[in-house]
Parts: sequence; C-alpha cells; structure tokens
Amino acid sequence: MSAIIKRELSSYFNSAIGFIVLAVFYFFSGVFFNFYCIYYNSSSLSAVFSNMLMIVLFLMPLVTMKSFAEEKRQKTDQALLTAPISLFEMVMGKFIGAFILYLICNAIFVVYALIIAAFATPDWAVIICTMIGMLLMGGALIAIDLFISAMTESQVIAAVLSIGAGLLIYMLDSLSSLANSDIVTNIINAISFNKNLSNFTYGILSLPNVIYFISVAALFLFFTVRVFERRRWS
Amino acid sequence: MVEVKNLTKVYGDLKAVDNISFSADAGEILGFLGPNGAGKSTTMNIITGYLSSTAGTVTIDGDEILENPKGAKKKIGYLPEIPPLYPDMTVEKYLSFMFDLKKVRLPKEEHIKEVMAIVKIIEVKDRLIKNLSKGYKQRVGFAQALLGNPPVLILDEPTVGLDPKQIIEIRNLIKSLGKKHTVIFSSHVLSEVSATCDRVVMINNGRIVADSETDKLSSAISGTGELSLEVEGSASAVSDALNTVTGVRKVEKTGAKTYKVLFDPDLDIRKAVFRALAKADCPILEMRQGGLSLEESFLKLTEGGGAQ
Repeated sequence: MSAIIKRELSSYFNSAIGFIVLAVFYFFSGVFFNFYCIYYNSSSLSAVFSNMLMIVLFLMPLVTMKSFAEEKRQKTDQALLTAPISLFEMVMGKFIGAFILYLICNAIFVVYALIIAAFATPDWAVIICTMIGMLLMGGALIAIDLFISAMTESQVIAAVLSIGAGLLIYMLDSLSSLANSDIVTNIINAISFNKNLSNFTYGILSLPNVIYFISVAALFLFFTVRVFERRRWS
Repeated sequence: MVEVKNLTKVYGDLKAVDNISFSADAGEILGFLGPNGAGKSTTMNIITGYLSSTAGTVTIDGDEILENPKGAKKKIGYLPEIPPLYPDMTVEKYLSFMFDLKKVRLPKEEHIKEVMAIVKIIEVKDRLIKNLSKGYKQRVGFAQALLGNPPVLILDEPTVGLDPKQIIEIRNLIKSLGKKHTVIFSSHVLSEVSATCDRVVMINNGRIVADSETDKLSSAISGTGELSLEVEGSASAVSDALNTVTGVRKVEKTGAKTYKVLFDPDLDIRKAVFRALAKADCPILEMRQGGLSLEESFLKLTEGGGAQ
C-alpha cells in the first residue's frame, strides 16, 4: 500500500497537476481570506471554509481523474492487480495518496489561523472543528471521485462525471427547497454535504456528521473495490 | 510447479478458453502457441490472477490463485502483452516502485542493479520510460517481472514488435532464465517456440490441440512418424529393404531418389533403416525425421480446430 501512496504522490508532483491544484486552492483560499477576514476585520474563518467547498468540489476531480482511468488505459492496472496485494490495499493506496494532497492543500488554513492569532483571539474550537469537517468532507468526495474514475478508461469522462457529481452535491440544498414533500426535503437534508458540514462551522463536533462523512467515504471505497472485483469476473 | 486444470472462461456468449488443462514442471520452458485470438492472453491473465476463471483451477507451487491469491502472486513474475510501464517515471524509480509493490524482501538496491544487469538496461536507468525505444521498454517490462526472483515467469508474446537482433537477445534471455525459473511464454511465431522451448502447448479457439515435447510435436499431431530419405539404388530394392524394418507402415516414393517413410511414432527407426539399406547396398544420401514442419502442423491443427 505504501508503494502505491508514494507513487501517487510522486505522479502528482512529476506532472503539473499537483502544483496546479495547490496553486488554485491557495489562490482562492487567499482571495476569500483577504475578503472575509482582512477586509471585514473578522477573526472567523467560517466564511472562508464554506466558500472553499465549491472550489474543492471542482478541484478534486482533477486529482482523482487519472487515478484508475489512466492505469486502465495504459494497462498498468495489470501490474497492480497481479501484484501480491489485495484490491482493498490498492484502492486505499490511491485514496490515501489523493487525501494527502488534499491535506497539503488544507494546510494553508493553519497559516491563516496563525495570521488571525497574531492580530486577534481566534475561536480555536470553530477553526479546528471546521478543519476536521473540511477533511472529512474531502475524504468523502475523494472516495466518490475515485469510484467514478474506476468505472471509466477516459480521464476526461472521469473528470466530467466527477464535476457533475460535485455540482449535484452543491445544488442538493437548493433542490430540497423545491421539493413539495417533507419526506424528500428531510432525506435531502440528511444527505446534503452542506448541511452536514454546517455543524462543524459552528464549532460543534457532532458524531452523526462525523459518521455521515466517514460512511460515505467507506461506502464508495467499497464500491470501488467491487468495480474491480466485478471486472475480474465478467 | 504450474498446474492448470479444466480452465474455462466465458465472456457473454463467447467461450474464450474452453476446458484446458496443462502443467509446467520446475525448470521447464513451456511454449504456449496459437494464432491471434486463440485465448493465449486470456489464459495467462487467469494464471496470473488478473482475470478470474469461469471454471477450473490454477495452482502455482501448491497455492491456488483464487484461494490464496497473495501467496500465488508472489511466486509469479508476469510480463503482459503490453508491458505495464508508467511513462512518467524513470527506469530506476519504476523498478523501485515495483519492488515495493511486490513486497520483495531482498536488499533493494543490489537486487534492482542485478536485475537491470541481466536485461541490460543499466545505461538507461535514469531515463524517463516514455523516451525509451520499444526494445528497451520491453526489457524494462522484463526486469519488472524478474524482481524478487519469482520461481514462475509468465511472458505474453515477449518478442512482438522487436527487431531481429533484439528478438534473438530476448530468446537467449528466456533460455538462460529457463535454467532457474519455470517459464511459460506465449507466441504465434513457430520458429521462436521451436528454438526456445522444451515443450509446446498449442491452443486454438480456446482449446488445446496439441501438448508435446517440441521435437515430437509433428509426429504427435499426425499420429505417425515420418522419415524423409534420399537413397541411391533401385526403387524396388530400397522399398523392399525399408519394409523389412519393424515399425514401418508405408513407403512412398516422392522423387527420383527420395522416399517418404511412415512409421510407428513410438519407435526410433533411423538406426534400423540405416542397417537395412546398408545391407541392401543402397547408400543413404540424406535422412531427416519429422516430415511435417512445425509450420505445416500448426496450420493443419488450427484449420482442423477452426471448424467447430
């Protein structure tokens, strides 16, 4: 597994993709930080985080699009699948590789928090909780995008479908208000990334939200393993 | 070492591999021969655990590939038809990655160096794989299969697309590897198989049509041994002398001095033929065993098997 994680990370930074993702992430978080914290003289990072959700939804597909699609196209999946490792180890290796890149992206918030701390008293509970929420949300999103990448041989299709999935996740909340039935609204609220993230941004570390994101990640990683299992048997 | 039993693979309506069984012993070079689309790659993909069989078992040195995949896969070095190379890595980094991926427990740097020396790629070790020529890429693929000194090597058409000099090099490499490893390699080039293999398994339309030692292949196929002779002397004297040899089934005159002798394939009648003709005072000018060339027998088999 560690071999795959290492290779994933080196492939991000051997090509431009790792640097581009970092640059875009840092740029937008910088813009939001400048606008919401420095311009408004606020010590709360919450607004920055919630705006970054949109950016993350669009950025992560660029990281995960080649994870499996490219392996299949280049036939390197034959090396992975005939190596003495389990499918789960292989999928986890890819997942952790992408997640580490996401972690490096999010590390910039530590810098912003320290900047705030230098000028005011930051609400550490809120900042730490929101960061945990961002990481959990990112993990769930990466798992979904990996699953999409595993299903296709084309990076472009993987990216488009993943961005589509991201848009759907983003729009779920507005869809819930359109629904006439309470049941539908409740279901949408229960599975909405935004709603599940909001408790974190208030500084509340609530177990159901944590479990929600972990379950989404686990479910889609399980689906990804199944994709490979199914392909082997078909 | 490698035992394949009643292997079947069905894709939808297509039976890609149909109930095939064969085995390869330790230190044997087994040629896996068949026309394109015969099911060679599918079989190899099943042996290495890339695909699962619809029915049947594959056992590598006691480990069943589906029951104990990790144990079985550790014993296999696999070079697929298209070498699984990452173009954005250098040769050395790639081999280091494959070393870790295969969980090899040998001194890393030394072992990688040793493998690179065997396939002669040390001079390109710092180059990106995407910039290598086809021959070098093939060798890097070879190196990857050799990592960890697996007892079994599965090579899927290792010489396709190489130039004649490289083909000879790869063949010699396979021959030298055969001393330490069990090698199964597939090919649709007959001369290659006859030049390198101890045994040949011929496959067509997913079925085994022949399985025998390379030099006995043609007699195994036709069911009868064949001897081509060029003999000085009268036709009747020659055929009378030949007919006295035990095992001879039929003598045919094919030219002015040439004869074709069909005989029982279990016997080696060459010495007896020599003595009989010497006694009849008919000097042998030329004698060759195995009437059908490998090419001819291959065509004969694949034509026969094609009509399902």
